[in-house]
Amino acid sequence: MSVLLDIDGLKVVFESRHGDVTAARNVCLSIASGEILGVVGESGAGKSTIGNAAMGLLERPGKVAGGTVTLEGERIDGLPPEAMRRLRGAKISMIFQDPLTSLDPLRTIAEQLVTTMTTHLPLSEREARKRAVALMHEVGIPDPEARIDDYPHQFSGGMRQRVVIALALCAEPNVIIADEPTTALDVSIQAQILDLLRKLVRTKGAGMIIITHDMGVIAEIADRVAVMYRGEVVEAGPTRKILGDPDHDYTKSLISAVPRPDVKLDRFPLVEHIESAGSRRSLDLKTHWLGQKRDYGALDGPLLSVRDLEMTFRVGSMFGGGRRSVNAVDGVSFDIAAGETFGLVGESGSGKSTIARLVTGIYQPTGGAIVFAGTDLAGITRRRELNRHRRQMQMIFQDPYSSVNPRKKVGAIVAEPILFHKLAGSRAEVNRIVADLLDHVGLGAKVAGKYPHEFSGGQRQRISIARALATRPRFLICDEPTSALDVSIQAQVLNLLKDLQAELGLTMLFISHDLPVIRQMCDRVAVMRRGRIEEIAPTEDLFERPQNEYTRHLLKLMPKMTGAAA
Amino acid sequence: MILFIAKRAAQAVLVMLVVALIAFALFRYVGDPINNMVGQDTTFEQRQELRQTLGLNDPFFVQFARFVGHAVQGDFGQSYQLRQPVSELIAQRFPATFELSMVSALMALVIGIPMGVYTALNRKSISSRLFMTLSLVGISLPTFLIGILLILFFGVILRWLPTFGRGEVVQIGWWSTGLLTKSGLESLIMPAITLAIFQMTLIVRLVRAEMLEVLRTDYVKFARARGLKPRTVNFTIALKNTLVPVMTIIGLQVGSIIAFAIITESVFQWPGMGLLFIQAIHQVDIPIMAAYLMLIALIFVIINLIVDILYVVVDPRLRVSGK
Repeated sequence: MSVLLDIDGLKVVFESRHGDVTAARNVCLSIASGEILGVVGESGAGKSTIGNAAMGLLERPGKVAGGTVTLEGERIDGLPPEAMRRLRGAKISMIFQDPLTSLDPLRTIAEQLVTTMTTHLPLSEREARKRAVALMHEVGIPDPEARIDDYPHQFSGGMRQRVVIALALCAEPNVIIADEPTTALDVSIQAQILDLLRKLVRTKGAGMIIITHDMGVIAEIADRVAVMYRGEVVEAGPTRKILGDPDHDYTKSLISAVPRPDVKLDRFPLVEHIESAGSRRSLDLKTHWLGQKRDYGALDGPLLSVRDLEMTFRVGSMFGGGRRSVNAVDGVSFDIAAGETFGLVGESGSGKSTIARLVTGIYQPTGGAIVFAGTDLAGITRRRELNRHRRQMQMIFQDPYSSVNPRKKVGAIVAEPILFHKLAGSRAEVNRIVADLLDHVGLGAKVAGKYPHEFSGGQRQRISIARALATRPRFLICDEPTSALDVSIQAQVLNLLKDLQAELGLTMLFISHDLPVIRQMCDRVAVMRRGRIEEIAPTEDLFERPQNEYTRHLLKLMPKMTGAAA
Repeated sequence: MILFIAKRAAQAVLVMLVVALIAFALFRYVGDPINNMVGQDTTFEQRQELRQTLGLNDPFFVQFARFVGHAVQGDFGQSYQLRQPVSELIAQRFPATFELSMVSALMALVIGIPMGVYTALNRKSISSRLFMTLSLVGISLPTFLIGILLILFFGVILRWLPTFGRGEVVQIGWWSTGLLTKSGLESLIMPAITLAIFQMTLIVRLVRAEMLEVLRTDYVKFARARGLKPRTVNFTIALKNTLVPVMTIIGLQVGSIIAFAIITESVFQWPGMGLLFIQAIHQVDIPIMAAYLMLIALIFVIINLIVDILYVVVDPRLRVSGK
């Protein structure tokens, strides 16, 4: 096995007015042909910087400040831009994270493939097109002759990622850097794409660096792993060794933060080392505003009862022409008892999020009933009555970046629901409550005067949680609350949600595609597929003794950290 | 595609009908049309008779239908002041405005788009910064001031260019063109620049902002990562994507150049529709105002239709019922 890419002592700095910020220092990595090297770490660890530096794609003000990058025996750091451009695509290529945004929406797949090939290889357009068809076949796109003239939007997410892979490989590079290649995909598609990548690396004798935050992906595909933390490789070695018996403290805490698919733990073991966990100053809920008026009276039966819920969207079809309707939710029934955490799990498009939107009233159902605390929500016509119910249920959204208003200060964001529902007497009282809430979710009262962009994803999700708590809700709907977050931050946020639930007796509807997270969080789970519930069972039963075939299929696809179990 | 165009065209007709309703209301209800037509010494009986013969006593819908029927044939009645058919007046003036608008729109596009692209690609260079500063000046100076300054400098001090009118025109059928004579072209320069400057600066800034946005997208980064040539990345990929949203604004701008050439036409005494319209307002010449309103609405509707069709041609995601 010959060494294809060798990175030695690489240092990358970003110059700024306040001095240089070092994004990576003393990084040494190498890959041989047929080998897959995993680079794992959390956001800000410098993983992607390494990839961009090796490709010569660092954007200003970033620059390589030291060390060498050697590609197939030739030093490539510091090459002039034009020489570097000739290498990109032809010798070293890159696969991007989000297949929905990495393809030019205005040009057909054929045009994009052919341009790339004719740029690097001495091919005529016709030859390039012929090769493109063969390549599309190779990456598993059915009916390539017909589909090559389609536009990116005519493909599903998984198929687009195959197109991205075809584009990255079409000029026959030997080194591929895959930056989170499966993060945006469903589990079953993730498994297929990882299979494909592995196969391509083996058959072509290429070397691949796979950059990811996902330990499951590493366990699945990487031969060796390098763990990055704050710009440095803290530990590197064979995958089994790193996952099973890590030496470095950071690796240990990172692995402990990964939700275990095999056993339910009360809390995630504390993850120090990482973004400050934020010491929570707990409130005395007996006397505090947040704990008051929580007595909603006794409840006969479940807090939320969903009966035969249906939601039909009318969409214009991309292909056939004409309109058709899609049953996003198709006869779904479930109950959630007070104080329970009920999980909804399923792949994208299964209707999970639609249910969240129906329950909160963002969408109006086309059929069925949603009964909350004994009242059928569809029967409420008066706005004031509806607001009274809405106050009791709050939602935490998936994307911490778009779900808080960037033009408002954090204090104002959290104060908004209190003011809207007139839950406090005076402005001074509102400010005090907001400060307490921010303290309670571990952000500290001081942050009220800052804007959302000053916070990381995890901190923003805490802002969302504080905002949700600001109406003194009894029912929380969490729609993929942590899927945009790093594992350690996810562990912190999930711990916070568990604590709040215990303190306030909250009932939760917890939506996720991530089975291990569901196992850690939920009392009961419903597995959804194509708008229907396939199986409802207590969580432990579902994981240990799945009754339904689809459930078994999903459980099988769940990435296992083989090393960790050992 | 044909269905799409038909649908859009139907919507356009609806828009035109609504505008016609407004124009008609203006015609019929702002002041009394009879009073506007006859002298003070006309007797009440004569007025009643005229009212009857003009059909002003008919029900509202009949009158409106008649108005639309005439309008479709380009008949907007007689101008109160000039005692000529409005359609003739407009036909005389329209070529002047149209030529002025098209030349300045072309100027704005031909200079504005490349400059926008240049400033986006070379964001930090000195010339980009200079362009951006200048464009700020262009966007903040009022049109009439630019016009007056140009007249002062090139007309009065340097005496290079004529300061008013269209110069000599050549008649081609009913269309009078100033593009074929030296004096016509000379007269066109200053008004066209005046009208173009604001649009141009707007386009520069718009294209620049949109292009910067596109250059940050994943597909541009991925194109670079595949080693495509900078020319391919910047023009085949980035520019095309930039122009999709920019097209709408540019379309509307071209419309407003035609519609709101009024100020420039006044400054340069350009014998176009704008000038005619201003005079009509002074003299409460309602038929001209109604016709002008309809014509401008028609121009906007047509431009929007063209932009919509262009959208579908450029952006495959919008070809909903294609194939």
